[in-house]
Amino acid sequence: MPPIRDVMPAFELFQPANVGDALAILDRHGADAWVMAGGMDTFDWLKDRIRKPKVVVDLGNVTELRGIKDAAGGLEIGAMTTLTSVADDPLVKERFPMLAAAALKVASPQIRNQGTVGGNVSQDARCWYYRAGWPCYRAGGNICYADTPTSINREHAIFNADRCVAVNPSDTAPALIALDAEFVIKRGSAERVLPAREFFVGPGIDITKLTVLQPGDLLTAIRIPATWAGKAHYFEKVRDRQVWDFALVNIAASLNMSGTTISEARLVVNGVAAEPYRLDAVEAAIKGKPRDKATADLAADLAVQGAVPLRHNAYKIPLVKALVKRAIRGEAEWATS
Amino acid sequence: MSQDGMTDVPGLQPGHSRRNFIKGVIAAGATVSASAYLFRTTIMGQNDGMAGAVERLITLDVNGQQRRVDVLKNETLAMTLRYKLGLTGTKLGCDRAECGACTVTVDDVPRYACSVLTHSVRGKKVVSIEGLAKPDGTLHPVQQAVVDGQGFQCAFCMPGFVMATVGFLKTNPSPTREQLAHGISGNLCRCADYNKILDVMMVAADKSRGA
Repeated sequence: MPPIRDVMPAFELFQPANVGDALAILDRHGADAWVMAGGMDTFDWLKDRIRKPKVVVDLGNVTELRGIKDAAGGLEIGAMTTLTSVADDPLVKERFPMLAAAALKVASPQIRNQGTVGGNVSQDARCWYYRAGWPCYRAGGNICYADTPTSINREHAIFNADRCVAVNPSDTAPALIALDAEFVIKRGSAERVLPAREFFVGPGIDITKLTVLQPGDLLTAIRIPATWAGKAHYFEKVRDRQVWDFALVNIAASLNMSGTTISEARLVVNGVAAEPYRLDAVEAAIKGKPRDKATADLAADLAVQGAVPLRHNAYKIPLVKALVKRAIRGEAEWATS
Repeated sequence: MSQDGMTDVPGLQPGHSRRNFIKGVIAAGATVSASAYLFRTTIMGQNDGMAGAVERLITLDVNGQQRRVDVLKNETLAMTLRYKLGLTGTKLGCDRAECGACTVTVDDVPRYACSVLTHSVRGKKVVSIEGLAKPDGTLHPVQQAVVDGQGFQCAFCMPGFVMATVGFLKTNPSPTREQLAHGISGNLCRCADYNKILDVMMVAADKSRGA
């Protein structure tokens, strides 16, 4: 679809000043309401007329959702904290440099100045068939346009595809899962706290959503425990160009070392499945092993078991293997850039 | 035909510039297309008393001036600047946060004006390319460096690049060339004149520190 250069279709706009008012508006308008954080996902949907919400709730004035504070050696990050603030924050850089690196690799400077960490983890799939408004499974239809003999599916899933082959595009999501973060979700007067991993859903659970967020829900904060502060971290993002692009594949890893052996590990890759793809088998297999070539080779082979490439994305299999090896060997690619 | 052989344009008085004529046509067009949204019946009006509801007639701080303007709820800052306030120095390239031509600073932070709701910059300091020069016409050091070094070819992307550089230099006044390249990497130049742009922007950084 060619870009439409026009104002967006009309909507009612709310700019609440606090979380209470925001929740009241969301409760009142239910499925008609669209939650807008930085707007970097929102505007594409609205300008292309693919989504036409009646009500947009702009969270930009909710100052209590912004900011990073210490929480018993860990951190609590407000959902509306910009990616620039996350990337520049001294506490994030000191305790969880991997998260700062992930935030710094999102899109472009202007987008990071406006895009938020809550929005980055909650953004919708970027499959262009879906984004262009084709009536695919994810849009409520009964076909996947990205998985046909003539589809262009170089950026699509290699793991856990179930009818839909779209991938989760977030850079901060795998980092947060690898840090055992928790997501705080408010709804009315209720609050629930989910492990980061459970925030994301695959097509088998809900093919029309990438997260558990339902109408009326508001992601308010992300809590990172002190568990992984100061441990060995690794983040790398591979993309076609160095600005704007979403990851073809990215990897986030946390390793707890006892002496020269790995006592506990978290490895998460994204851009390969509808959910950030946690490498449980690898995490179990490398426990008690040193960070050497033999461990890396073992992990790489385990990581891609069960991968099913589409016509144009088989390159993601060696790419995942290479990234897993680098994460385990600990080449500090992200620390220098 | 007039005596000098030029064709008279009917209705166009001497002294009217081509630019102003085009601007007038744009403004008329914007009014016509916008009115379709003004009079559409929606759920608007039901929510007036609710916390967080917004007024359409607002005051913006643009280039140091308080500007009263009627802003649609679905209007982007780039639309307001160009078609309501006549500040056409802010360019619209992609209108999708993918090119940087519309970059302005909001509270000194570079943002894509095509992807900011005008209502979300109430109470904030918006500066577009028109607001950089001093009232007496003295150019901003970054502008002066661009003029001196002739850093652009077609220069459609130039206002965005200048605003991105001005914003970036506030956070890092003495960047290396690599840091500067990263700092203004959110702008595209279709002429691919990046080396020359970086050359003049490095000079601009020097000039800005001296200023």
